[in-house]
Amino acid sequence: MHELSVTLSILDVAEESALNNNAKVVHEIELDIGELSGIDFDSLEFAISNAPKSEMMKDVSFVINRIDAIAKCNDCSCEFETSDYYTPCPQCNSFNSDIIQGKELKIKSIKID
Amino acid sequence: MCDTCGCDQPGNPTRFTIPGQDHAHEHGHTHNHEHGHDHTHDHHHDHAHPHTHSHAHSHPHDHEHGHTHDHDHEHVHTHFHTHPHEHEHSHQPKIVQIEKDVLSQNNLLAQRNRGYFDAKNIVALNMVSSPGSGKTTLLEKTITHLKDKIPFFVIEGDQQTTNDAQRIQSTGAPVIQINTGNGCHLDADMISTAVKKLNVSDSSVLFIENVGNLVCPSMFDLGEAHRVVVISVTEGEDKPIKYPTMFHTSDICIINKIDLLPYLDFDIEKVKEYALRVNHHLKFFEVSAKTGEGMDKWYEWLTDTFKGKK
Repeated sequence: MHELSVTLSILDVAEESALNNNAKVVHEIELDIGELSGIDFDSLEFAISNAPKSEMMKDVSFVINRIDAIAKCNDCSCEFETSDYYTPCPQCNSFNSDIIQGKELKIKSIKID
Repeated sequence: MCDTCGCDQPGNPTRFTIPGQDHAHEHGHTHNHEHGHDHTHDHHHDHAHPHTHSHAHSHPHDHEHGHTHDHDHEHVHTHFHTHPHEHEHSHQPKIVQIEKDVLSQNNLLAQRNRGYFDAKNIVALNMVSSPGSGKTTLLEKTITHLKDKIPFFVIEGDQQTTNDAQRIQSTGAPVIQINTGNGCHLDADMISTAVKKLNVSDSSVLFIENVGNLVCPSMFDLGEAHRVVVISVTEGEDKPIKYPTMFHTSDICIINKIDLLPYLDFDIEKVKEYALRVNHHLKFFEVSAKTGEGMDKWYEWLTDTFKGKK
């Protein structure tokens, strides 16, 4: 359920930036969202569809860049793709790894007029 | 915007209650303080609806919905063209790079809390778990046992009722209840408000008992020194891999209700193994808050942490 509050945050940040740039309309919001950001993508799309939007964002569209998750093994330094926190290292089978990419939850850019 | 899911619905404000005081403090809406966008409210005057006065984002949504549902959403791009004809532009729209974390506002406030706690030697512990894992009992026992050595303060988070705050109050520790209404987690702004109302004193331990929920609270930094996830042995060993984000973001894991182990098929080594797969930094305590078994090590850690801060 936190996807709704995340969406409202996104709209707020976008609106603030748009106003700071003297824009009247926000056409597009581009997001970077990692596979391990804690966001459920379906819930996010639902929240985006239903969140109340201000006048300047009534026609806004979203571009969502899904960022794959990559872990790095602390034992053998192997970097590998993962979709969770508990995949063992494919090289040495260790669970002692850290996520180095895939936790992004970021507003990348907005397209405004 | 509000950091709390659904709490921007009229009639469900966040409430702050100190037991024994007559009335709850209704906190109109967290974002009045939190999100410096009060100055962007121009548009809400366009709506003559009686309930929009409390905050910018409470406009009844009806006028938008009818349209947006008419459009198929592609998997990646989500479009809302309520007025398609408005897309005729004679010039190129401007692209502004933002590169800003979506939760930056909460993270900023959390860091502010963290600085405040540091300066005042307050050890803040964010207690997270599923509902019913025994967080409140753990706090009651801990406070009762250590209150002569450590001044405790408690922030209780629940959707409804002040039951937990009343239980804590009977231990003698000052406590404030935050009722999040529809919200499923506490956020940094609520903590900032609660700490002020509670008058947390210097050199103390502040327990923040989060809303019982293993999903949403994991995303919201409150400014705590440690995040403590509590799991009870009645819950199933695979909880750490079912709800990995919470275990990944915690640094202490308390396994509670071990007095029930003889009656269950729960394998305590298995749960630790799963938890360590998700987060190899986790430190474990195996306790029964009810019987006191294993609590000494937790008390020792808490006392050392408190002294280290002092």
